[in-house]
Amino acid sequence: MKQFHPVTKVKGFATKQSVRLSEKTMAKTAIANNFLTDLADVLLFITQFVRETFSRNSEVKEFFRQCFQIGYKSLPLVSITGTIMGLVLTIQSRPVLIKFGAVTMLPGMVAVSLIREMGPVITALICAGKIGSGMGAELGSMKVTEQIDAMEVSSTNPMKFLVVTRVWAAIIMVPILILYADAFGILGSWAGANIKGDVSFVLFFSQAFGSVRFMDLLPAVTKSFFFGAVIGFVGCYKGYNAGRGTESVGIAANSAVVLASLLVIIVDMIAVQITDMLI
Amino acid sequence: MENQEQHIINKGESVIAIKRLYKSFEDLHVLKGIDFNVFKGENVAVLGKSGSGKSVLIKIIVGLLKPDKGEVVVLGKDIDKLEGKELDALRLRIGFSFQSSALYDSMSVYENLAFPLTMNFKHLGKKEVDAAVMEALDAVGLTDKVRQMPSDLSGGQRKRTGIARTLILNPEIMLYDEPTSGLDPVTSSEINELINEVQKRYNTSSVIITHDLTCAKATGNRIAMLIDGKFLKIGTFNEVFDTKDEQVTKFYNYNFIQ
Repeated sequence: MKQFHPVTKVKGFATKQSVRLSEKTMAKTAIANNFLTDLADVLLFITQFVRETFSRNSEVKEFFRQCFQIGYKSLPLVSITGTIMGLVLTIQSRPVLIKFGAVTMLPGMVAVSLIREMGPVITALICAGKIGSGMGAELGSMKVTEQIDAMEVSSTNPMKFLVVTRVWAAIIMVPILILYADAFGILGSWAGANIKGDVSFVLFFSQAFGSVRFMDLLPAVTKSFFFGAVIGFVGCYKGYNAGRGTESVGIAANSAVVLASLLVIIVDMIAVQITDMLI
Repeated sequence: MENQEQHIINKGESVIAIKRLYKSFEDLHVLKGIDFNVFKGENVAVLGKSGSGKSVLIKIIVGLLKPDKGEVVVLGKDIDKLEGKELDALRLRIGFSFQSSALYDSMSVYENLAFPLTMNFKHLGKKEVDAAVMEALDAVGLTDKVRQMPSDLSGGQRKRTGIARTLILNPEIMLYDEPTSGLDPVTSSEINELINEVQKRYNTSSVIITHDLTCAKATGNRIAMLIDGKFLKIGTFNEVFDTKDEQVTKFYNYNFIQ
């Protein structure tokens, strides 16, 4: 068996350590490089979006088609979600309010909770799932099957036709869907209140809307536009930058939902902090 | 051969001129300094194995990819230096038929064909668009499929529709990316005939990217053999394959024995 001199052993050990250290450093550098590349890609994407938004010849027809796709086709899902939100909130809160003798405050409490927080966030999360994944999958599939390239070679700007229209449609339609879900939520709450009690429609709604102030509605609607922007941007970005294989379509759709949902929560947190400081 | 004779007659004005073109993807060197010319009215078939850089070459010609080094002059303009409206204007003169046909899934055959026209010539009325769509579909023999969706079409019909969509803009240059891949021999032969028909009817100059020797022989006035990122031979079919070069003979034998 070959015998190593102690100095050689130490040298060998030192070399291995140094190789490991440089491998670790290289891995960290690669991660940092990837992060910076991704960040640059996102910034470039946003810059292109802004430039194409304000360039000539807007795609109005495609924008309205996307509004229809995003808005009208989401109505059943949003209606069901809104109704269940109001119903569950009422059924869960009613016993506690009865215990404190404050059951008459139920319509106002539900309306304020829905309008300020639950309606916007839950509807935005539902939209992130439906709209974000739809955009990610559709654009991803167009990328994989070279439809985006086909658009480009026929002198049509795919960023303007596909991305600008979808993002603006999401910015406009998501707040409308949220207000629509709020309305169904209050309707669901009235149904919930009548399961174990008896409240007239007019009394319930007058109490509900009597508790809602303009400053409950304004921050909620304002943040809804940002939710729409986040969902539109993330869905389009993930789809537009999908890889080349069919697997990448699934990855684009999935990552669009995950990232859009996470960003909705983060935007909500920031919006709540800002609202708290201003009001 | 009629095609080859025609090539000699037409040789003169160059519509695509490529000089010392290099393209790499990270460590993978795809094109290693190629020189290439396409003359007005001729069909050039670029032959090569899968992954030899054939598709990269035509994507550079149409400006979908940027070259690392070299000059690509298309219809007298250096495509690498063009941007915005100038690039769009040049692309309107180039037709690109994709390997996957790249038909818009959400649009019918009519909408697929009308799309490039309505997007680029917004002043056109419905009657003019209808007439142009029917003319392009007539050129590829698919007038009866005008209301169908791409998912209802066969592979060959999809290829034809893809070609019709490019013809609607009356291009001066046609680029075909693997026009016969995934098709049976009969449909492949029909597509080959269509490529020749398009050349005559629209007076186009074409680059046909293929690894199918039958397609190259049937459509190409000249053949360019792309091996390891360089053109090994360019000439008529007989000039290219009348050789003892192992790389060329291997390709020839494999195709025809298959």
